[in-house]
Amino acid sequence: MKRTGVFVCHCGINIAGTVDVKKAAKELSKHKGVVHSEDYVYMCSDPGQNLILDAIKEKKLDNVVIACCSPTLHETTFRNASKSAGLNEFQCEIANIREQCSWVHKDMDKATEKAIKITKSAVEKVRRNESLEPISIPVTRRALVIGGGIAGIQSALDLANTGYEVILVERSPSIGGHMIQLSETFPTLDCSQCILTPKMVEVSKHSNIKLMTSSEIQEISGYVGNFKAKILKKPTYVDADKCTLCDECTKVCPVVVSNEFDLGLTGRRAIYIPFPQAIPATYTLDISACPGLLPIACGKCADVCEPGAIDFDMKPEIIEEEVGAIIVASGFDLYEKEMMGEYGYGKYPDVLDGLQFERLLSASGPTMGKVLRPSDHKEPKEVVFIQCAGSRDPELHCPYCSKICCMYTAKHAMLYKHHVHDGQAYIFYIDIRSGGKGYEEFVQRAVEEDGVLYLRGKVSKIFEEKGKIKVWGVDTLAGKDIEIDADMVVLATAMRPSEGAEELAKKLKIALDKDGFLSEAHPKLRPVESVTSGMFLAGAAQAPKDIPEAVAQASGAAAKAIAILSQERLFHAPTVAKVNVNLCTGCGMCVDVCPYDSLSLKDGKVEVNEVLCEGCGTCSATCLRAAIQIRNLTPLQVSEMIKVSLGG
Amino acid sequence: MAEEFEPKIVAFLCKWCSSAGSDLAGVSRMEYPPNVVPITVMCSGSVSPLYIFSAFKRGADGVLVSGCHPGDCHYIKGNFYARRRIALVKKLLDYIGLEPQRFQMSWVSAAEGKKYTQIIKDFVQELKPLGPQTKLRSNS
Repeated sequence: MKRTGVFVCHCGINIAGTVDVKKAAKELSKHKGVVHSEDYVYMCSDPGQNLILDAIKEKKLDNVVIACCSPTLHETTFRNASKSAGLNEFQCEIANIREQCSWVHKDMDKATEKAIKITKSAVEKVRRNESLEPISIPVTRRALVIGGGIAGIQSALDLANTGYEVILVERSPSIGGHMIQLSETFPTLDCSQCILTPKMVEVSKHSNIKLMTSSEIQEISGYVGNFKAKILKKPTYVDADKCTLCDECTKVCPVVVSNEFDLGLTGRRAIYIPFPQAIPATYTLDISACPGLLPIACGKCADVCEPGAIDFDMKPEIIEEEVGAIIVASGFDLYEKEMMGEYGYGKYPDVLDGLQFERLLSASGPTMGKVLRPSDHKEPKEVVFIQCAGSRDPELHCPYCSKICCMYTAKHAMLYKHHVHDGQAYIFYIDIRSGGKGYEEFVQRAVEEDGVLYLRGKVSKIFEEKGKIKVWGVDTLAGKDIEIDADMVVLATAMRPSEGAEELAKKLKIALDKDGFLSEAHPKLRPVESVTSGMFLAGAAQAPKDIPEAVAQASGAAAKAIAILSQERLFHAPTVAKVNVNLCTGCGMCVDVCPYDSLSLKDGKVEVNEVLCEGCGTCSATCLRAAIQIRNLTPLQVSEMIKVSLGG
Repeated sequence: MAEEFEPKIVAFLCKWCSSAGSDLAGVSRMEYPPNVVPITVMCSGSVSPLYIFSAFKRGADGVLVSGCHPGDCHYIKGNFYARRRIALVKKLLDYIGLEPQRFQMSWVSAAEGKKYTQIIKDFVQELKPLGPQTKLRSNS
């Protein structure tokens, strides 16, 4: 028979005020297996802990129960105390007789009776606890960053500069993300390319960063500290090491398709460089546009390529990498054009979205920095900006606020005025949200210095008439209908999770929120961690956010990843599932219900991956034969706990 | 006059939401009847039907299973399994002839001390008129 010690805490009068602690200690001393039972005013105090230590040694106790406050408060305290007396930490259990008893009851007799039952229940549990040691796992000290926008770049650089190897995976041919498409950034109006390209170059030159562009995650397996990634590297048909950027190939390429970097405002060839500062600095052959890889189909580019960089025989490769932590920075896309039909988007060429307008403003854009209408290349004199195009519209579009649109619309209007001095900018808005350092001042500047006219209200109709875009709206502050003959309309369309984010989340087994953004582990206290241990979130993949926020989160995610990578081994709670192979029939029902994929069938029996298992016990409730059980909370333990809880 | 019948209740509370919610009721010094003895389990999904039958067999007048709100499970989806399983157990108990009020499931988050308090109060009130549970109680 195991020798159990029971220690009843008074917690001053917090427990003793409602529970007769002397009586409880006395009753417990009569319980089977209890060889020591005492009460003390504050068990968590030094003298209190010493009582436990001395009793363990003197009475040769095998295990102890502390009847006190909730285990969330002092379980660690008392387990450490028991450990220092030579017990395994799992030979100490807490009976919660404060939060779940003395604090919620007034009748002393009944509360005492209940406290006794709760304590006996803990005694029955601890007597059947196994002594366990934390599961220790080695750590692969490298990281994977998914997404090469500003957030991914920042995370990768932070990790690499700390000394860890990083694999940066980007699905498009160049890193840079949406930030590299921007003209100037609010609220300081510094040129986006000027501040981003040095970082992109640093990524390409960094000895700790392995950059994989035109690559996608195919599969992720493993667990914190030991992930295995299968990455599909798609062929670009151009050898980046040989390509000299001479641009001869594009001159002969017969195919023109829409240029995604300029959002369709310009065209590009089938062989192209995404933009002049692309990293890696190389051309790419877009196989979906190319007439064919056989020389007989076309092959003109290969003919003129002097260094012989074009290789039609390039094949897709699957590259396997082992990493200890993963940062997901898969970014955003703008709300689909097709969804904004009511504003004539996609119907009238001079109705643009925010990113297209950025390209028009950009010095390297399709118009070399001149604001011109795509339809007739004339300078627009009246431009209407519409905020919340798709955002804050739970009935038809996205219910959330896209957060950055108020600021970039103010910037757009301001920059438009800097380009077209005699033009007029109108902004339709619902509310102006300019929280952030220097943001409110920026909006004020747009109004005061650049004469931007803010109209509070929504636009009801947009249609073309005599070469103008008629905008009908309402100014709800003045209570007046508004009619503007605009030359151009710019929609601040909502931010959406980037295309394929859902599929990626499935591969990573991380959750999405109701809007499809990646879910953080806790909205306030764990904003950069995903629910899966070892995977972190950065940038607009988690929620709409601006550049400084994305960068801050990216650095936070890198710091969290470093907290894992800097350790040689990780420890995992050992209260996981165990299988009685003699009872297991290999039916596989537990395998199906496991939320962590920690169970598998091998030779007709279930096997537990103890590192993946979180010990939830869903498997044990599913098993018809009690062949799978959670260590230290087995059906036998629960059964005995039920018995004493009912006074048996 | 005979003493009022006090039902004995066992409550299986998941560690992350309902047990924490019950802790909050304590921290907020709410009051509810002392008829319930809580047993903290890792997840409502780990509550085997056998636990419930075992409680009734050992003389429980009522059994409560409480977990995180659907969609908020600490273990991603354990409470969905609990919900399905408990629906079946309820039907089975009904078939046996046990009063349906004796077995309840609830969703109590870590922030819902008040809700937990109310659930216990209501449960006790509902059980009182039923008297002791004898259908499944073992005589031994």
